Amino acid sequence: MEKMSRVTTALGSSAISGRTMFCHLDAPANAISVCRDATQVVVAGRNIFKIYGLEEEQFVEKLNLRVGRKPSLNFSCADVMWHQMEENLLATAATNGAVVTWNLGKPSRNKQDQLFTEHKRTVNKVCFHPTEVYMLLSGSQDGFMKCFDLRKKESVSTFSGQSESVRDVQFSMKDYFTFAASFENGNVQLWDIRRPDRFERMFTAHTGPVFCCDWHPDDRGWLATGGRDKMVKVWDMTTNRAKEIYCVQTIASVARVKWRPEKKFHLATCSMMVDHNIYVWDIRRPFIPFATFEEHKDVTTGIVWRHQHDPQFLLSGSKDSTLYQHMFEDATRPVDMANPEGLCFGLMGDLAFAVNDSLISSDANRKPYPGGDRRYPFFSFKRPNLTEQFAHVSSALSVFETDLDSNRMDWFVKTAQLYILSGKPFAELCDHNAKVARELKRPQVSTTWTMLRIMFSDPANMAAPASNLNLSKLGSLPLMNSFSMKEMGSGMGAESRLERSKGENRQDNIHLEPGNSLISNNNEENEETEGSDGPVENMFADVELDDDDLYSMEQDNQAEEQEYTLPQEAFQLRHEIMDNPSAPEHLQQDKADSPHVSGSEAEVTCLTPIESFSLISISQPLFSPHLPASFFCPIVREMLSYYAVQGDVQMAVSMLIVMGERIRKEIDDLTQEHWYMSYIDLLQRFELWNVSNEVIKLSTCNAITCLNQTSTTLHINCSNCKRPMSNKGWICDRCRQCASVCAVCHHVVKGLFVWCQGCSHGGHLEHIMNWLKSSAHCPAGCGHLCEYT
Amino acid sequence: MIICTNKMEYPLRSQCHRVQKQVMVNGEKERVSLLVMKKLVSRGSVDAVSQQMASHPQYLKSFLHTQHYILHMDGPLPLPYRHYIAIMAAARHHCNYLVYLHSAQFLRVGGDPLWLQGLEAAPPRLRLLDHINKVLAHQPWLTTCSHIQTLLKAGEQCWSLAELVQAVVILAHCHSLCSFVFGCNTDSDLVPLAKSPNGTPPTFCPFDAANGNANVPQSLAAPSEHRTRRRSLDSSCDMVCLKERIQKSQEEQERRDERFLQTQTLQQTDMEEEEEMICFADPSRFVTDADFCYQEFARRDEDRFQVLRVQDYSWEDHGFSLVNRLYSDIGHLLDDRFRSVATLPSMHSPDLKRAIWNYIHCVLGIRYDDYDYGEVNQLLARDLKLYIKAVACYPDATKTPVCPLSWTLLKATERIHVNLLIMEARLQAELLYALRAITQYMIA
Repeated sequence: MEKMSRVTTALGSSAISGRTMFCHLDAPANAISVCRDATQVVVAGRNIFKIYGLEEEQFVEKLNLRVGRKPSLNFSCADVMWHQMEENLLATAATNGAVVTWNLGKPSRNKQDQLFTEHKRTVNKVCFHPTEVYMLLSGSQDGFMKCFDLRKKESVSTFSGQSESVRDVQFSMKDYFTFAASFENGNVQLWDIRRPDRFERMFTAHTGPVFCCDWHPDDRGWLATGGRDKMVKVWDMTTNRAKEIYCVQTIASVARVKWRPEKKFHLATCSMMVDHNIYVWDIRRPFIPFATFEEHKDVTTGIVWRHQHDPQFLLSGSKDSTLYQHMFEDATRPVDMANPEGLCFGLMGDLAFAVNDSLISSDANRKPYPGGDRRYPFFSFKRPNLTEQFAHVSSALSVFETDLDSNRMDWFVKTAQLYILSGKPFAELCDHNAKVARELKRPQVSTTWTMLRIMFSDPANMAAPASNLNLSKLGSLPLMNSFSMKEMGSGMGAESRLERSKGENRQDNIHLEPGNSLISNNNEENEETEGSDGPVENMFADVELDDDDLYSMEQDNQAEEQEYTLPQEAFQLRHEIMDNPSAPEHLQQDKADSPHVSGSEAEVTCLTPIESFSLISISQPLFSPHLPASFFCPIVREMLSYYAVQGDVQMAVSMLIVMGERIRKEIDDLTQEHWYMSYIDLLQRFELWNVSNEVIKLSTCNAITCLNQTSTTLHINCSNCKRPMSNKGWICDRCRQCASVCAVCHHVVKGLFVWCQGCSHGGHLEHIMNWLKSSAHCPAGCGHLCEYT
Repeated sequence: MIICTNKMEYPLRSQCHRVQKQVMVNGEKERVSLLVMKKLVSRGSVDAVSQQMASHPQYLKSFLHTQHYILHMDGPLPLPYRHYIAIMAAARHHCNYLVYLHSAQFLRVGGDPLWLQGLEAAPPRLRLLDHINKVLAHQPWLTTCSHIQTLLKAGEQCWSLAELVQAVVILAHCHSLCSFVFGCNTDSDLVPLAKSPNGTPPTFCPFDAANGNANVPQSLAAPSEHRTRRRSLDSSCDMVCLKERIQKSQEEQERRDERFLQTQTLQQTDMEEEEEMICFADPSRFVTDADFCYQEFARRDEDRFQVLRVQDYSWEDHGFSLVNRLYSDIGHLLDDRFRSVATLPSMHSPDLKRAIWNYIHCVLGIRYDDYDYGEVNQLLARDLKLYIKAVACYPDATKTPVCPLSWTLLKATERIHVNLLIMEARLQAELLYALRAITQYMIA
């Protein structure tokens, strides 16, 4: 015991002094009580009943009250109380249901005075009246409380709680006639000692047993209760309804609660199970104990403040067969171990951070926050004694303001909504997404998409069904190739210009209108041969000059797209075309404007398709040196990780989905899952439910797809009684009717059920469909005009 | 929302019909039927135990809640483990019925059919549980913190505290359920409750439900004849006598069992494929040290085994907090069970109930300081005591309990009530011992 201290407190005439000390008992203690002048303590348990003198250095055994060779069960004490007025008078509650009083003034060895065996079950608690000498109250497992006049042989009145076992009874400090009783069923009752017929007041304080209660020693009408539900609650009893004013959540069921003398807001608690410590709480600070005594090795069964006006000494008995005197100064202060820190985001993205001064005092760079004083002391006690403060923490608050614009997440929402992740060929998806990104002024992302398309457009399809038609289309590829080589140099520079000139292009469209119709006709006729032909080369050769023309063509094609869908081969072809590692960037971006149309297609429209076969022979050899898609995988993997690390998990996930099998195997499942989770979380925070659901659906991680299987519960009301159906199945708990009956066939609907949102009648999908074809009214006959759309 | 597959459709509907008819016939028992129906709807069958308990709807509800929670809801143990533990527990008392039931459920939740070959085939972790299973089933007072320590000792096969608590709850639940099954004779003859006077529970045996066939098992004839024969022996009721009789009947029983098994396997053949692999698991495969059984917790042993004083370790104060801490919410559910069994409306006086409860705890070594055990002798006739003790301490499904003479006068609901009391008292006793051991382990 290193941290021993010695304290002498002057209390009126008498002085208490001592130190933290303990002594071994022979047996586990169940309860302890201290005599009025704080010089002796009585310890009671199943096999122990002794009085110890409290001396300065140690406990001294004064008296063993457990006498006889084979002591009866009357000596097996569940509770003990020393009278606060009469120093020779003790009362115990025996586990066999007896209430025993002891007179220390008796000359014989056996000090037993009176024996009341009126309770049928274990007596849990005895309590002397604080000012009345002969009045004793007991509370028992049998649900009764009895008041004894010690001058008589039997109880003077019996109080029936009409509920379960009584766990604690306490006379009020404030009111001469009032006592409180706590019950195993969670109730607390207030009784007037003069009226045994009925309690004055009852309220439910806890769920589960209320093990203990204690009136505040200063007459404020405060009652503290502790229960098995791990709570300590403080009730204000002065009002009409008992009002819960403080609540402390502990980590184990609360067995005893005792207000700390002279401290208005302090109380001590101990637990019956699992937790061996004694806690002293400041009820205004319910999250962290004010002080802790950790000496006991088994559960603490009894705690008592040594003197009713001295807050420094706490006595405790335990199942580990020890009796302790704790000095308050030696208590552990959990708050010292805690780092008081707070962190909070403001609505506008500001970040406030409060931390203990000492931790950041060295940081000289901070400038004071203009909003107020830099220092916000949490708590300031007037009293100088530091040990009585909860914690003297002064902390510094830093506020980091954010630039509003830089944190705007509009782009995220827009991107999420506009991205297309599936349902179209790969290249188109890339094009579309690149376009979206570009329009949102995210060139890097846009470029990435374009590059992806270039890298991964699937060369495997090349060998696929080699119809004449396909072959002829392939012919365009070398052409593009050759032209693009030419354009490489200026391609990058052209990008910005393209953007700029867009507006003009649109206007130009108008001029071209008459021609457009013609062209589109052409295209319809000749769509099979799109993307071919020599003239294309010419066209592209001066593409820089002819930006406008290019655009107009594309516009035109877009209009066309709405009218018909291109046959599948056409798309495949385009994949192949794009699978050209050296394709120029700017060109791709052009095309992104019209996702369905590749550059070559645009050209075709203005040309008469001829000689498609003639080019095959030229094109084939040029095609061979292309790189396999897998070549790029490591780079793409890195790129995905890069985006994820940068915080743009949206990009990572979108690319993952769009690329699908091309890249999936390259990235380990956990990482993928992590990205998916982050992205879905983000989407849900922005309430983009549809997008998030799409992402979930498209993901290939099992852990993600199964998200759609969760929370699939639909809460419904019974169609008869209109109250919620609590149980599964088809029978309503309340009206005992099958709830989901088809209004048409009157059978229970198992499967698809369709409701009218107006009248809540419904039934089998087909039945309702058929019914509403022929009738406008609800099939249930409620007169509602249902609609089925 | 489609919960019935085609093959189940027919029996389910007919059962529903029957249940519904009952609803109309007997308005007062609606609540039972609702519960039963709910169970039917969710599980596709109502087991015989629930049917028996149906006469006490209030209790049935909390019973089913608990059972559902420990076997199917959130918990640290994987589902197949839970059923396997239940099998182990039921096998200790040779309860064919429960072993069968949980074997089927074990397979349904994806358990490895190999495990059903016997305890040796089970993973070592489950085998470790065998010892505590044995002790809890027969002499729970022998449970010590060293048992807990061995299980929790770090290593590859170690249990976590939370898992262990769930396992212990399942064990205790199943042991005590064996008592009930034995007491109500559900197991040995699979008698549908046709003779139950209130007639409410519809009559189907567990095999129908699983089977989809409503034939009454043919094994019916044999046990009933058997019972009448044995009942004539009941005149002399003594502890020794009872033991002798049990031994004597054991041989007969074995013979009968063979017959029984044959019929079982016969039935088995026309079972659906899903269940086909359960060759009716002989409980003895899940048992080691079969000779270990209940011994008198006699006074003289008091030095060796300290009696458990309820005032020192009670369910309300200690057990609840511990079990609820390690296996959340189970405390409330069990609390509910104990509470509802105590408050069941019954002809029996509260004193009698308490006498039965305390007597069971007494024979299991738990004492109440505030109870005068003389009352037990006053209130409980000797044959009732013998019956209670037999049901609580050696519920062996291969035997039929010797019903006290006075019972012929009692209504079936009252008999079931006594059995419920026995079951709950035993459950609490086992839990108290197990939890006390865990508490001691935690302190040490």
